Amino acid sequence: MTTEPVDELKPHPETSSLTGTPILEVEDLKMYFPVKSSGFLRRTIGHVQAVDGVSFQVRSGSSLGLVGESGCGKSTTGRLITRLYEPTAGRIEFDGRDIANLSERELHPLRRDIQMIFQDPYTSLNPRHTVGAIVGAPLAIHKVVPKDKILARVQELLEIVGLNPEHYNRYPHEFSGGQRQRIGIARALTLQPKLLVADEPVSALDVSIQAQVVNLLQDLQREFNIAFLFVAHDLAIVRHFCPEIAVMYLGKIVEIGDRETLYARPNHPYTQALLSAVPDVKQAKVGGRRERIRLEGDLPSPINPPSGCRFRTRCPIAQDICARVEPPLLQVGPTHKVACHFPGEVGKHPEKPITPRLLGVDDSGMPDLAAGPATDLPTGPGYSDTWFDLEHNTMGRA
Amino acid sequence: MSDTSTKHDAFLRVEDLRVHFPTADGVVKATDGLSFELARGKTLGIVGESGSGKSVSSSAILGLHRGTRAQVSGQILLEDVDLLQLSDEEMRRRRGLDVAMIFQDPLSAMHPYYTVGNQLVEAYRVHNNVSKKAARTRAIEMLERVGIPQPDRRVDDYPHQFSGGMRQRAMIAMGLINNPGLLIADEPTTALDVTVQAQILDLLQDLQREFNSAIIIITHDLGVVAEMADQVLVMYAGKAVEYGPTKELLVRPEMPYTWGLLSSVPDVTADTDSKLIPIPGNPPSLLNPPSGCAFHPRCPHKDKVPGRLCWTVQPELVPGRQGMGHLKRCHLPDPDQVYALEVLPEFDPELASELAQARIPDPAADAAAGPAAGPAAGTAAGTATPDTADERDAQ
Repeated sequence: MTTEPVDELKPHPETSSLTGTPILEVEDLKMYFPVKSSGFLRRTIGHVQAVDGVSFQVRSGSSLGLVGESGCGKSTTGRLITRLYEPTAGRIEFDGRDIANLSERELHPLRRDIQMIFQDPYTSLNPRHTVGAIVGAPLAIHKVVPKDKILARVQELLEIVGLNPEHYNRYPHEFSGGQRQRIGIARALTLQPKLLVADEPVSALDVSIQAQVVNLLQDLQREFNIAFLFVAHDLAIVRHFCPEIAVMYLGKIVEIGDRETLYARPNHPYTQALLSAVPDVKQAKVGGRRERIRLEGDLPSPINPPSGCRFRTRCPIAQDICARVEPPLLQVGPTHKVACHFPGEVGKHPEKPITPRLLGVDDSGMPDLAAGPATDLPTGPGYSDTWFDLEHNTMGRA
Repeated sequence: MSDTSTKHDAFLRVEDLRVHFPTADGVVKATDGLSFELARGKTLGIVGESGSGKSVSSSAILGLHRGTRAQVSGQILLEDVDLLQLSDEEMRRRRGLDVAMIFQDPLSAMHPYYTVGNQLVEAYRVHNNVSKKAARTRAIEMLERVGIPQPDRRVDDYPHQFSGGMRQRAMIAMGLINNPGLLIADEPTTALDVTVQAQILDLLQDLQREFNSAIIIITHDLGVVAEMADQVLVMYAGKAVEYGPTKELLVRPEMPYTWGLLSSVPDVTADTDSKLIPIPGNPPSLLNPPSGCAFHPRCPHKDKVPGRLCWTVQPELVPGRQGMGHLKRCHLPDPDQVYALEVLPEFDPELASELAQARIPDPAADAAAGPAAGPAAGTAAGTATPDTADERDAQ
C-alpha cells in the first residue's frame, strides 16, 4: 500500500463546524439484546444486534445527527449514551472518562451532565405531578439548590423555554403537545447538562409547532453551549440542526460526514436511497413524482443480519464481495466516512470494489494471498488527516 | 364559485358539509361548511394541523358518524347520490364497495385476533356472493398486487407478524379489494419510514392508474401532497382556507396559513443557517373559535388589512389573484406581493430572487427568465416597487 500525498486534489469543504474538542467519544459500541426461548427455562437462543460497533464523536457545543429507519439502532444508541442501558461492549468516553461500565452509584453525578429529551410528550411526563414538580425534581434529587429556592428556579426555566412561569401549578394534561415538549425540555435543562440526547424531539408534534421547538433547541444550544446527540428520522430537520450527521442501517453506521458533503454528495447507496425518498414540496412546480432510487423489500431481522455488508440484500449495486466481506467504514474525505465496497456519487459508483487491497481479498471477496495482508485501517471515532482518495484509489494525506 | 362547467364530470361532490359535535361545553364545529369536488382518477390532498377537521370530514363521507351524537349536514354527492340521505343499511352496502378508507395506523385498524387473510376475505364476501375459497384466491391476488412476497403463505399470518410497511400494504389491499371508486387515505404514510413511504405512495399511484379511482389523501406533509395530489385543500379550524390546483397553490400560495406551513418545514436543500419560521401560537379551540378570521390570532400579516377586518369579519372563500380555480379565505388585498417580498425571501431566498428577476422589467433578466416565468407570474410582474407599503395603505 503506497501512501502518496495528493495535496492538489484535496477538496476544501466547510469543515469549520466540525472543529472543537469532543465532549463525547464512542468507540465500537455494541448492544445485543438476548432473545429468550419460550417455556420454563427461558434459554437465550439468539441476540438482537441492535447496535453493532458504532464509533463517533460529539463535539462540545455542537450536534451530531443520527438518522436511519426504525429498527436501525439509533434510539438504542441514544439510550446507551445516557446509560439507560449498559452496553454489551465498547467505550463511551464522556469528558475524558469511560462511562460504559460505571455502576448506578458512580453514574449519579454524571446524570447532571447528560440529559435526555424524549419523543412522546404525552407519555414522558407523569400525569399526576404538576409541572413544577416535574421540572423541579432534578433539583431536589441532586440537591443543587435549597428547597425554598426550587420554585424560583423552576419558574426561570419555564420562562426560558417559553412557557408562562405562573403555570407551574398545572398538570401536564392542561398543556398542548408543543407545550408539553417544552416542559420536557425544561426538565432536561434543569441541571445545566453538557450533553443532551434528543430522541425524535419533534416528530410527535404538528408541523407548525415543530419549527417552534427546533428553534427553541437551537437558541438553547447557543446560549448554554450544550452538545446534542440528535436522533431523528426526518432528514430535513436533522440537516437543519446538525453540522455532522451519521446514517445508520441495521445497527451500523454506513456513512458519516459533515452535512454539506453528506446531503450533496452521498457515497453510500443507502444514504442515496434515503435522500431520494424524501418527498419534496418543490416538486409541485414540476408535477408528478420525483425520480427515486427504489429499495426492494423490508429491513432484514437484526437477529440474523445478512453476512458481509448488511445492506446488500436491498442494495441496487451489490456484488459477490458484498456477501463475503463486510466493508470497513473508510474515510474518503476530510470529514466523510463511508462503509461500502463501491462508494461513489449517484450513478458514479466504481465498477470494481475499491476495498480488496485494503482487506487482502480479491474483487469477489475471496481471500487473496497475492493481495497481501490487510492494511491496518483506522476504525476509531473522529477523522484522521489521511484518507482514501477515491479518484486515485490510494490513501491520501491532507 | 359556481362550478357549473365541472358539475357533470365530478365523481364526488361535497357541498357545505358540516359536522358538529354537541358537548357539555357547547357545540364543537369540527367541520364547518366544507365544499370540494373530485373527478375519477384524480387525487385531492387535504392538509392541516391536528384538529383542523381533516379526518372528521372524510369519516363523514364514509358515514362513520352515523349512530353517534354528531350532527352532519350538507350534501355528499357520490355520482349524484347524496350519501347523507341514504339509510344506514344502504350506506353499509356502499361502505367498502364504493368508498373505502385506509387508516393511519394499520396495527390498530386491523383486528389482532384474525389473520390478514380472514380480514381480507370478510371485506370481499360482505359485498360479493362468492365462496370462501374464491374469496381467499382473491385475497391472495390482492396481497400479491400490493407487493407482499409469498402472498399464499403470508395470507395466513396475523397482523403482528407483518412489518409496518407490509401491514400498510395489507390495509391498502383490503381497501381496494372491491375496486372502490373512491379511496380515502387518512395519513397513510405518517407512521412509516421514508423509503417505505415512497414504496406505498408509488403503489397508491399505480393502483389509481389501474383502477381509475379517485383518492383523497389526508396528510400534514406538504411534500407528499406536492408529489401526489392534483388538487390541494388547506383546512384550518374546520374550514377550507385555500383550495386549488397543487401546482398553483404550492408555488403561489395566497393564504398566510399556507405560507406558515411552507416556511416551518426545512428543506433538504435549504441553507442551513436560515432559521425556521414557525407559525406562532397554537391551533384554536373549536368550541370558541376566534372572531373574524379564525387564523387571525396567529397571523403575522393581520395588520396589513385596513379597518381591523381580520378581527371582525370572517373572510369568504373566494377566487384569488391567480384566477377562478384557486380559492382563498383571506382579507389580504395583495397576497402575492406580501408573499414574494416578505415571506419567500426569508425561507427560500433562491426562489424569491428567481421570482424577483421575473418581476423586475430588466431586459437582461427578462431574456433569461422570460419563458420560464410564464403568464401567471405576469400578474405579479411590474409592481416590484419599494413603496408597496403606500400601495397597501391606499387599498
